[in-house]
Amino acid sequence: MAYAAAMDDKRFPHTTAGTLAQQLGWFSIALGTLELVATRRLTRALGMWGQERTLQAYGVREIVTGIGILTSKDPAPWVWGRVAGDALDLGTMAMAYPNNPKKAKLAMAIANVAAVTALDVICAQQLSATKVRQQMPVRDYSDRSGLPMGISASRGAASDAEMTEQFRIPEPLRPFDATV
Amino acid sequence: MKALVWHGKEDIRCDTVPDPTIEDATDAIIKVTSCAICGSDLHLFHNFMPGMRKGDVMGHEHMGVVVEVGSAVKKLRIGERVVIPFTIICGECEQCRRGFYSVCERTNRNRKLGDTVFGHSTAGLFGYTALTGGYAGGQAEYLRVPFADATHIKVPDNDLTDEQLLFLGDIFPTGWQAAVQCDIQPTDTVAVWGCGPVAQFAIRSALLLGAKQVIAIDNLPDRLSMARAGGAITINFDEESVLDRLQELTQGKGPEKCIDAVGMEAHAARSLDSMLDKAKQMVMLGTDRPHVLREMMYVCRPAGVLSVPGVYGGFLDKIPFGAAMNKGLTIRMGQTHVNRWTPDLLRRIETRQIDPSFVVTHNVPLEQGPQMYKTFRDKSDGCIKVVLKPNGNGRH
Ligand SMILES: NC(=O)c1ccc[n+]([C@@H]2O[C@H](COP(=O)([O-])OP(=O)(O)OC[C@H]3O[C@@H](n4cnc5c(N)ncnc54)[C@H](O)[C@@H]3O)[C@@H](O)[C@H]2O)c1
Ligand SMILES: [Zn+2]
Ligand SMILES: [Zn+2]
Repeated sequence: MAYAAAMDDKRFPHTTAGTLAQQLGWFSIALGTLELVATRRLTRALGMWGQERTLQAYGVREIVTGIGILTSKDPAPWVWGRVAGDALDLGTMAMAYPNNPKKAKLAMAIANVAAVTALDVICAQQLSATKVRQQMPVRDYSDRSGLPMGISASRGAASDAEMTEQFRIPEPLRPFDATV
Repeated sequence: MKALVWHGKEDIRCDTVPDPTIEDATDAIIKVTSCAICGSDLHLFHNFMPGMRKGDVMGHEHMGVVVEVGSAVKKLRIGERVVIPFTIICGECEQCRRGFYSVCERTNRNRKLGDTVFGHSTAGLFGYTALTGGYAGGQAEYLRVPFADATHIKVPDNDLTDEQLLFLGDIFPTGWQAAVQCDIQPTDTVAVWGCGPVAQFAIRSALLLGAKQVIAIDNLPDRLSMARAGGAITINFDEESVLDRLQELTQGKGPEKCIDAVGMEAHAARSLDSMLDKAKQMVMLGTDRPHVLREMMYVCRPAGVLSVPGVYGGFLDKIPFGAAMNKGLTIRMGQTHVNRWTPDLLRRIETRQIDPSFVVTHNVPLEQGPQMYKTFRDKSDGCIKVVLKPNGNGRH
């Protein structure tokens, strides 16, 4: 569904990066909402009591970024925004790691965020690269055939080339007409 | 002399280095009149190939004039105009005698290293990592040519320009061998991935060898326009689905012959696999990005041929070998056996069947080399092929 939407959407270049950006946008909103509605449950699960305010602020950030990615003309800076957010998340969790009673769970969470960060970085890089490519002036080389005789006279002009057996399909395996 | 020197990842400088000298009686020295930057140099620029050392002189596409010969050199004379192939060959070992020059058994002076990494070592190459001998390259004013009696292509000293002859040393025979390996029949559709310099020659070679239809795939509009000029139908993978278009153009049967002229640095197309490759490359879970290989194995017509001139360096992940095996595909690949093809190709240049200079978009002094690496890498400024002049613009 999200994929089809990205294909119709002119804001996203027709690339994997565009599709991925769209998915990351929805993911941002979903995660942000979770952080807002289940703040207590999350802090408890990760052994991060007392950090409710921080988590809610991060939730708002996720939602804003998500909406930015999905609605702005140019998603690239917003995806870079996600990368910055990931860094903040990782930093916060890393600080909470020593003396944390739920080390295993927190470590899992850190690993998950790290994986998403990798996707964010690649997606942002690709979006930026596509943008640069689209803005480059295009040269037209349609006068550079390199074939002085012209295309149609050139087709097959080198059929006289001597082909040694090593570069051909072995004779016994060559196509043949089995119907005659 | 001046030379383009590798200092590390994305760091190539124009330095002053000692002039090369005759080290073995079989050496020759040439004064380089023209050299070029190749897609393979980009793998070194990005540090994707292991074995580069700080201080290595870059370059493996070069031509010039013989200025000095060792006492044992019999076939070259001072003043002769030569293109030097990127492969250093002895011309006498078992492989050379069979024409498999790029796997010459004698010219890699780091044989042990080559044996360890690849099982058996391959030929020595100019300007191309310790794995293949660590020989200095020709993006320089002068080049030492080891095994000079075999490692050269004599070219006529007439009105043919350097730009028309230079590519005999690498990308022309590489595109040609890519097409020859396809064993092209008059009914064949040949699909070429990439529209870089190698691909441009593969496209024209496939046409000259008589393919019914040549299809070229890239996402750079200027390169696609050059591919069309050479007679290809083009697919822009940023704009349309490669698989769907190929099916359409072959009545749902797939191309009989597929050429990978991209290699290990394939970009993300529309699918997630190439992004995962990039992620894996970043964390060293895989060394190459074989998106194109996967696509070819999947789309190729059963009993077809995959021809791979694109360079790979290490380990490839998630290759649909099942598709390749069950469809009975033939896979042919390798560094080019340059000298095997050059007498024939030189004749085709002389008889005006092809004029290789069509591919040159940038022609500048050697000093601008470091900047040109970036321009070529970024494919900016309409850059397709860069020729560098180490000794001024005059030919000799
Ligand atoms: N076998 C040999 O002896 C030999 C000799 C010379 C070069 N090479 C290799 O050939 C390859 C091409 O060289 P080049 O000089 O043309 O390099 P290049 O980098 O200029 O060209 C590569 C082209 O592939 C395109 N590309 C990237 N991803 C793609 C994808 N997924 N689908 C389709 N196209 C894609 C790029 O946009 C680019 O135009 C390199 O790997 C180079 O090392 C091999
Ligand atoms: Zn090359
Ligand atoms: Zn040999």
